[in-house]
Amino acid sequence: MNLAYRDVRHNLFRFVLTCLGLSLLMAVVLAMIGIYNGLVSDALNIVKAPQVDLWVVESGTQGPFAEASKLPGGTRDAVARLHGVVAAGSITYQTVEAPFRGDTLRLYLIGYEPGRPGGPDVVSQGRGIEQSHFEIVADVKSGLSIGDVIRLGRNPFTVVGLVEDTTNSGGDPAAFITLRDAQVLQTQLAPAAQRVQEARGAGLLESQDSVAAVIARLKPNADPQAVAQTVQQWKHLTALTQADQESILLLSVVDRAKRQIGLFLGILLTVSAVVIALIIYTMTMEKLKQIATLKLIGAPDRTIIGLIVQQSLALGAVGWSFGLILILLVKDYFPRRVVLEPINAAALAGIILVVCIAASGLGVRAALKVDPATAIGG
Amino acid sequence: MSVDPRRVIVDVANVSKHFGEGDARVDALKDIDLAVHAGEVVALLGPSGSGKTTLLNVIGCIIDPSAGKVTLDDELVYDNRWLRSDLRKLRLDKIGFIFQFHNLLPFLDAKDNVALVLKLAGKSATEAQRRALELLDYLEVGHRKDSMPALLSGGEAQRVAIARALANSPRIILADEPTAALDSKRAGIVMDLLRKLAAEQDACIIAVTHDEKIYDRFDKLFHLRDGRLDGGDMA
Ligand SMILES: Nc1ncnc2c1ncn2[C@@H]1O[C@H](COP(=O)(O)OP(=O)(O)OP(=O)(O)O)[C@@H](O)[C@H]1O
Ligand SMILES: [Mg+2]
Repeated sequence: MNLAYRDVRHNLFRFVLTCLGLSLLMAVVLAMIGIYNGLVSDALNIVKAPQVDLWVVESGTQGPFAEASKLPGGTRDAVARLHGVVAAGSITYQTVEAPFRGDTLRLYLIGYEPGRPGGPDVVSQGRGIEQSHFEIVADVKSGLSIGDVIRLGRNPFTVVGLVEDTTNSGGDPAAFITLRDAQVLQTQLAPAAQRVQEARGAGLLESQDSVAAVIARLKPNADPQAVAQTVQQWKHLTALTQADQESILLLSVVDRAKRQIGLFLGILLTVSAVVIALIIYTMTMEKLKQIATLKLIGAPDRTIIGLIVQQSLALGAVGWSFGLILILLVKDYFPRRVVLEPINAAALAGIILVVCIAASGLGVRAALKVDPATAIGG
Repeated sequence: MSVDPRRVIVDVANVSKHFGEGDARVDALKDIDLAVHAGEVVALLGPSGSGKTTLLNVIGCIIDPSAGKVTLDDELVYDNRWLRSDLRKLRLDKIGFIFQFHNLLPFLDAKDNVALVLKLAGKSATEAQRRALELLDYLEVGHRKDSMPALLSGGEAQRVAIARALANSPRIILADEPTAALDSKRAGIVMDLLRKLAAEQDACIIAVTHDEKIYDRFDKLFHLRDGRLDGGDMA
């Protein structure tokens, strides 16, 4: 005869309601962890996507993500000729807003040279870009489907393929177009004053053939640091290894957002701990008279401790599992990516376990102190 | 079964109990001497606040006396301090409680409320269930064995509580106004039952009551007034 179970069954509705509340709280905590992970992984996605070893950017900058970087288009040839480089590609990044189906669609446009590094890694639906103009491969989060036509600048682009999990650190879905198209678009979307200049024929060429960075894939045995050193000898260039680029992104671009969410997560965990402790403590307080009766009829402490601890563990376990199920069911509806690793769920389980045991400790203390005579009172 | 009327089961000697100190001091029991024999059914009478519940609680090892000696079933259990550390085990083995309000555990059905004390005393689950049913039948509430306490009538709940008090065949049954929640017919039935149990199990019963209609069911009546005991008149 398990008293904890019998008591729960007797007050089943209330127990379920409490569990439900707790699981919502747990779902929020897990969502926050997932958003935190998602933020970090999104930030690195764009950097990891081209699968390169070296980023060549404008001298003295930490481009192209943390700072603006502008290089002449010819840089790519020079980089490609370096010893140890297998392949190199020019690449541009720009955020555009395009009207689509009466709404404004925000896209993080990546211009790359088909056949060179920088294009989408895996196209999950449709195909990659095959024409040199007016084709686009977009992230599914953009809401675009294959065959859709979207107007960027003055030209209509046809969606030919879809990729997954490619967003920038701000959460905007990415889309790939050819480098040529991207460069044209850059001049079309440039500020009016600059366009006036360009219309007069000044600076048009220079701006037409500028890129944000040149990315390079190295031979397996080549040392990225050494190649970077070589690039640095050209005064107008800076070279960053893949690892440099990733840490720049984490430090400069998402660091504040990461700390913000991290802090909020900490607050949320504290609140949850307090709520769980409060629930368990009240649960015990309400049973004090019954506990006094148990003592009176001769139940040992073991029985009373078991009653309290088992119930609080059950509460924690049910709250955690429902919370996990809930978040797994809804996580794909979040506007930003929610990434949950098994280790996150396990860590939360560990925290809840500790909180439950600590809270039942408080309840047990009160229960063991209660005078059996209070059962007679009245 | 031979009942030795001379054998003392509950022996309270020079027991005093006060609550609080100084101005707040209440002398609830003053120098009480009480001996109850095997098979005896005695009543504690007295106005409200005279110390009846306090005396029952002292005998039931629920509160500490301030002075005196308490001997239960030939074992000296209190002599200026408790001589046993496991008072709950003592209660489980030797004492059955019946309260004015039944105090059944609300989350266990009638049968399991009784079976619980049997299990706590080390009986197997099947043995506990068997004896619980037997007791409920004996108290004529067997048909309510699966009901939760909240759904039992006052009299039914009280009889389940009595079954629980009797489950481990205690030598001492302490009852605080056991019939207050019952009509006079039921009260009479419950008292007859307690008498029968005392005789059969060689136990003693000490009951607090205000109910004059059942005075004739007791062997002795003890009167408490301001913490002092007069008594032992034959009913
Ligand atoms: N825990 C306590 N703390 C302080 N005083 C108490 C306590 N318990 C009882 N008393 C006091 O001791 C005296 C005796 O109380 P007790 O409960 O034994 O009376 P009683 O005879 O059972 O009364 P009733 O018929 O109303 O139940 C009362 O004056 C009461 O106020
Ligand atoms: Mg009383």
